[in-house]
Amino acid sequence: MKLTKIAAACTFTAAAVAGAPAQAQISGDVVKIGIITDMSSVYADIDGQGGIEAIKMAIADAGGAVAGKKIEIVFADHQNKADVAAAKAREWFDTQGLDMLIGGTNSGTSLAMAKVAAEKKKPFIVVGAATSALTNDQCTPYTVHWAYDTVALAKGTGGAVVKAGGKTWYFLTADYAFGAALQNDTSNVVKAAGGTIVGSVKHPLAASDFSSFLLQAQASKAQILGMANAGGDTINTIKAANEFGITKTMKLAGLLVFINDIHSLGLKTTQGMYLTDSWYWNKDADARAWSRRFFEKMKRMPSSLQAADYSVVTNYLAAVKATGSDDADKVLAQLRKSKVNDMFAKGGWIRDDGRMVHDMYLMQVKTPETSTEPWDYYNVVETIKGEAAWTTKADSKCSLWK
Amino acid sequence: MEIFGIPLQAFLGQLMLGLVNGSFYAMLSLGLAVIFGLLGIVNFAHGALYMIGAYVAWYGFEHFGLNYWMALIVAPLVVGALGVVIERTLLRRLYKIDPIYGLLLTFGLALIAEGVFRDQFGVSGQSYSVPEALQGATNLGFMILPNYRAWVVVASLLVCFGTWFVIERTRLGSYLRAGTENPALVQAFGINVPVMVMLTYAAGAGLAAIAGVLAAPVIQITPLMGSNLIIVVFAVVVIGGMGSILGSILTGLMLGIVEGLTKVFYPEASNIVVFVIMAIVLMIRPAGLFGKEK
Repeated sequence: MKLTKIAAACTFTAAAVAGAPAQAQISGDVVKIGIITDMSSVYADIDGQGGIEAIKMAIADAGGAVAGKKIEIVFADHQNKADVAAAKAREWFDTQGLDMLIGGTNSGTSLAMAKVAAEKKKPFIVVGAATSALTNDQCTPYTVHWAYDTVALAKGTGGAVVKAGGKTWYFLTADYAFGAALQNDTSNVVKAAGGTIVGSVKHPLAASDFSSFLLQAQASKAQILGMANAGGDTINTIKAANEFGITKTMKLAGLLVFINDIHSLGLKTTQGMYLTDSWYWNKDADARAWSRRFFEKMKRMPSSLQAADYSVVTNYLAAVKATGSDDADKVLAQLRKSKVNDMFAKGGWIRDDGRMVHDMYLMQVKTPETSTEPWDYYNVVETIKGEAAWTTKADSKCSLWK
Repeated sequence: MEIFGIPLQAFLGQLMLGLVNGSFYAMLSLGLAVIFGLLGIVNFAHGALYMIGAYVAWYGFEHFGLNYWMALIVAPLVVGALGVVIERTLLRRLYKIDPIYGLLLTFGLALIAEGVFRDQFGVSGQSYSVPEALQGATNLGFMILPNYRAWVVVASLLVCFGTWFVIERTRLGSYLRAGTENPALVQAFGINVPVMVMLTYAAGAGLAAIAGVLAAPVIQITPLMGSNLIIVVFAVVVIGGMGSILGSILTGLMLGIVEGLTKVFYPEASNIVVFVIMAIVLMIRPAGLFGKEK
């Protein structure tokens, strides 16, 4: 007991001495970065452990320290529960001296964490969540949305499919914040392009069987089945659609498809499908070089989210370095004023609503014959340049962007 | 013609799909009912055993060229052997204490199994193709039914009623039933009750593995496939009556159909309808639809 007290006293004194003079700009003498994401369920492959590995790579590339202070990472599994995510974020901000939080997959959890971060006035940079509400009606001065959102997915895939003649749509939608946002944003794009929505059906997250929903979709006689879901749900939808011959009468439009899903389904089942993503490992030399390093560690190619995790941390640390501080307002101001130029994005910039504006890519899945190596899955059909991909000022309800 | 506002054809189609899903519920809840009936263990690891069965089929095909039909035999044997190990080393120590310990132990085993498979294979899962003989689909007039799904219904009915027959209508079954009523007396007649109990757990595990192999071609094989299903299956067992063999088969099929129809009339409720029914059944008949009050 006595020993503990002495130890505690020593620690306290040491901390007070070390922390006092020159480096007062870095709180707690450490730059602490946290990520709360799905580590164990349906979205664990697209971010999860690989995302954490990408962050560790970014920290290692920065030399493990910034402004003379050590960089630390903390991570947690939110189990796709918004309350768990919010409680963890609050705990880290209150007791761990967390300096910046990265939002992993699942929109519901990110919307909840955004509120906590705004209340605590700490930067919250979202990578994995898709909902455009994060930078629209629920925008905050502390939320930055880095990789992609439902508007960009809708404009990319929705726009391309309607242009190719898919005028009537039926939606199969995951029954939570993300699915609703994706369906809504895609509907707007389809209608604006002259298409019609003939119906929709909602399914629970991680549903075990999709055949029933698919028969309802087929009965609608729509040309296009818009899959407003993700991960394992999309995979099982595509599998069942092939099995039940739905693909003979309807075309599938995957509104959120990650390279891990294609890898898991195989090119034979997915060839020809259009999809929109924020990044592809084989898109240019920079991306390839980084991806090969990632592959060495994880034995699989990175998803766009894992690349974005790396990009977020690299740019955040650069901003801390430039300001010599981990103060939220100073770092965010620095981030807003500098451009994002790395293997993830070229010439990216953060808009007033918190959206990191960068190019998006419309891609088509290769046929098995044209794929030259493992993970060589996409042809980039179109680069959606800069602001064309994102929410417009006219559509924005964000009070910070007026 | 329309039923509750939906065309008859669509209605029949949904009934058929409900039956397919119900087949899985029936097969899984049957294994649970057998294990609970004879061992008094609430086997929370059942979903994990089902998942492992599917992985054995996939792994066997990828690495040893094991075909689907062989997998239907090999997977239950492998998982059954695993069941023997679990029963001998762990479960056996719990028979004399509160059933809650068995539940906690098997729940822990399920979490460990899921964690190990997640670490090894990731969560996006693996694809397993439909065996050649069962590819294609048949037009039933009201719907296009993939041949494989029809096979699932036939196979699961065979397995379910085979199991029921062994337990209710054979000499071996009568030993088993007697063993649960009064193990000491059955032992006195020269029947090795501990071995019988061990084999029962192995058989229950094997049933889960067969269900896993049957499911492998229709859904993505993932470490989580069992936990997504097992809670519903538990509800099925509770509704049917713990330990009732026939009850769990019929309830499984029936709830598959009810769930299928819910997906049409109110899709948002499709994952809770089974639990609503469970709550109602527990209020009216606490021992379950086919269970006997003790």
